[in-house]
Amino acid sequence: MSPVPLLALPGAPSLAAVGLGPYLVVGAALFSAGLVTVLARRNAVAILIGIELMLNAANLNLVAFDRFGPGLVRGQVFALFVLVIAAAEAAVALAIVLNVFDSRDRVDVDQVRSLKG
Amino acid sequence: MSALALAAVGPAALPIPDLTPHLPGIVFGGLAGVSVLGAIGAATAPRIVHAAFCLLAALFGVAGLYFLLGADFVALGQVIVYVGGILVLLVFGVLLTGRTQVVLGQEGPRRPTGAILAGAAVFLGLLLAIGGTRWPAQPRPADPTPTTAPIGRAFLDPDQFLVPFEVASVLLLAALVGAAYLARRRREP
Amino acid sequence: MQQWLDDLIAGTAWLQALPTGLVYTIGILVACKLILLFSSLLAGEVVWLERRVSGRMQARIGPNRVGPQGLLQFLADGVKLLSKEDVIPATADRPVFVLAPILVYLGAFAAFCVIPFGYGLVAADMNVGLFLVLAITSIEVVGVIMAGWASNSKWAVLGAMREVAQMISYELPLGLSALAIALLAGTLNLTDIALQQEGWLWNWYVFRGPFAFAAFFLFFTAALASLKRAPFDLPEAESELVAGFHTEYTGFRFAIFFLAEYSAMILFSMLAAVLFLGGWSPGFPVDLTGPAARWIGFGILFAKTAFLLFVMIWVRWSLPRFRIDKVMYLCYKVLLPLSVVCVLGLSLQVLLGEVLWGDQSAFGRWLMGLGVHGGIR
Repeated sequence: MSPVPLLALPGAPSLAAVGLGPYLVVGAALFSAGLVTVLARRNAVAILIGIELMLNAANLNLVAFDRFGPGLVRGQVFALFVLVIAAAEAAVALAIVLNVFDSRDRVDVDQVRSLKG
Repeated sequence: MSALALAAVGPAALPIPDLTPHLPGIVFGGLAGVSVLGAIGAATAPRIVHAAFCLLAALFGVAGLYFLLGADFVALGQVIVYVGGILVLLVFGVLLTGRTQVVLGQEGPRRPTGAILAGAAVFLGLLLAIGGTRWPAQPRPADPTPTTAPIGRAFLDPDQFLVPFEVASVLLLAALVGAAYLARRRREP
Repeated sequence: MQQWLDDLIAGTAWLQALPTGLVYTIGILVACKLILLFSSLLAGEVVWLERRVSGRMQARIGPNRVGPQGLLQFLADGVKLLSKEDVIPATADRPVFVLAPILVYLGAFAAFCVIPFGYGLVAADMNVGLFLVLAITSIEVVGVIMAGWASNSKWAVLGAMREVAQMISYELPLGLSALAIALLAGTLNLTDIALQQEGWLWNWYVFRGPFAFAAFFLFFTAALASLKRAPFDLPEAESELVAGFHTEYTGFRFAIFFLAEYSAMILFSMLAAVLFLGGWSPGFPVDLTGPAARWIGFGILFAKTAFLLFVMIWVRWSLPRFRIDKVMYLCYKVLLPLSVVCVLGLSLQVLLGEVLWGDQSAFGRWLMGLGVHGGIR
């Protein structure tokens, strides 16, 4: 029994057959939702959530382009780089947020105006 | 074993609509719905913890879409890094910073109308751009080779991504040290 | 799985008349149901095993009334839990409170779909099987933190915080020691990993050199810790935190947490048996890939799993609990460096073995033989 890559139905088109467009539309929707989150929220952690959404949208586009593109795994490699950077960014940003909270007792980005800790 | 289940469905004469050609569309629709609804929830949920859990739905949806695109390694990387790591960090952040606020974990939107307008404008612009470009209609014929080995080779090939890969590892180390330094307990007030 | 379905469809006339997609969907659902049923029953029996073994270790008898030797005790427990009132605290965050057990259950059970119970006895023979197990089990963390937060209780929040910190930390040595085996095997497919260990006892990955040997113990320790089993059961320390993150849960939801815990034990025992202890290989060359023989292989794998489960129970009732700072110390300053050394050593071993002997594990066996020789002398 050879391992199957993913479910490949006989008689059904490949699971990627919906075409590139729908994936890009989903990516655009995720990006816009992330943008709204970043603009509308005051809490620093919520803004991070919006940033993660936007990064995910970009990643979805990269992987979709990879699937419909020339056939190297470059899109996926870039998606993995984005994952790495998202992890690093979340860790450092949360450490900063915790520090700000320690010194000011709030995490509203509108009320944090001074760089002096 | 599926014979058992199908015996309950009935003999072959039943006119069952053949949805097989539409299966990709159905699966895609479900996953896209989950991720978009999750994203909207993350943008609008009044409590931040709920927004984080809506983000969880969006992340799962996107991971499923990666699977549909044949990128199984990236999909699992998404689950293990985002769900197991970043999301938990975010929830920790909410829990650790929420205690002195009057309403725990609650906040009002800053200028919701402007933000929503901006978001809608960006979404419309992106839709126009997507609709105005001619994309290849069909994916290249499905490649049954697993993606893990090509990704690994691309990472370690000096002609491709070896240098970015090493830089990324240095970046991770720097982030680790930096986060640990920032989050340390201060000795003096 | 797909092979089975294709054969079944090819062999049955009235199945061919049905839409392929429908047959596949139903087949997949039935397979999921079967695996779920099997692993839940097994989890129930492990609860019984735990109670019997702990009874024996404490010079008691343990449950022996319901069914032969008390084997049906879990049914009685289940009925009792089901008939209890399902309480949701008034101050709890209802949707999150309800969703949390589902996520924990998902994290504990979904990974069984890539575990090969025997040759070909696997629901989804994925190329990234090992990675999938690690990814799916990390979902459990989110369920735990949701449960702790939604309960709106200090015990639950403290327990969830401890538990999440512990599980995330121990994922690192766990993943690294599994990665060490992936290095040796050159694949993440669990069926292939098991197949590579067929033949004599020294083909098992645990016996392929000192680093692989050490990796097995690292893996098992890290698994114990990320399963919150004693001596690492800080998150549920009864004497400090009532019951940890599921303090506020009752009835059926509590039963789900309970079952998920035990099925995760089975999952990691099975994974350790497949990765390190030869899978379904009995330790001498025999072909267990035939349609009937694979069930014998299933029995052998099951016996190894049962042994590892027994060891987990044995450890729990023998050792006292760690202190929370010692748990973190052990993870970051002992297990993590050791597993990094294991990964480095194994890659060196594969490299040297291939360069010098043309066989990646030859060097490891030589090292191992040296060690055994030195040990005997």
